[in-house]
Amino acid sequence: MTNAAETIQSDIDSNDVVLFMKGTSSMPQCGFSSRVAGVLNYMGVTYKDVNVLADEEIRQGIKDFSDWPTIPQLYVKGEFVGGCDIITEMTLSGELDQLFTSKGVSFDKDAADKIREANG
Amino acid sequence: MAMEAQQIETLIREAFPTAKITITDLAGDGNHYAAEVIAEEFTGLNRVKQHQLVYAALKGRMDGPAGELHALALTTKAPE
Repeated sequence: MTNAAETIQSDIDSNDVVLFMKGTSSMPQCGFSSRVAGVLNYMGVTYKDVNVLADEEIRQGIKDFSDWPTIPQLYVKGEFVGGCDIITEMTLSGELDQLFTSKGVSFDKDAADKIREANG
Repeated sequence: MAMEAQQIETLIREAFPTAKITITDLAGDGNHYAAEVIAEEFTGLNRVKQHQLVYAALKGRMDGPAGELHALALTTKAPE
């Protein structure tokens, strides 16, 4: 296992929710990363943000690790959940709420409902 | 080096010969597209697996070193 893979593995083992993104949770630097970070922030989910722009090895390493070519990438309890499209779909369908509930990850249900209302 | 919608469709068509493929140009810059792929090969697969198959069909052009395709908003389904 390369050290990038080791770092990634330890991040997803030691944090319930990990978002590999461009930028940081408070300063996203890409529209797609910003959308997923925004949803997690709004829903009050505690997560570790990993800025792939700060480490080229992690930026490439995470794509190989997940067999997924784009950033952002969301991990919950060590499992790859998806990128921006899938998280957006799951948020609007309520699947993300179910996933968090089933994995024991706390989040603000009212905020999640507000996102769905806002997106009609 | 940007990509044409037709190139994307051809690549996906190679992997999913009987699929219904709709490519939408999101920004006119040859770099931001949306693709909807309805293919029987997706039957029984979860969304992550379905998207991975489409990315594999694109043979490394997705956010590739030459930055061919920066964004591809993917929607995938198995036929009802």
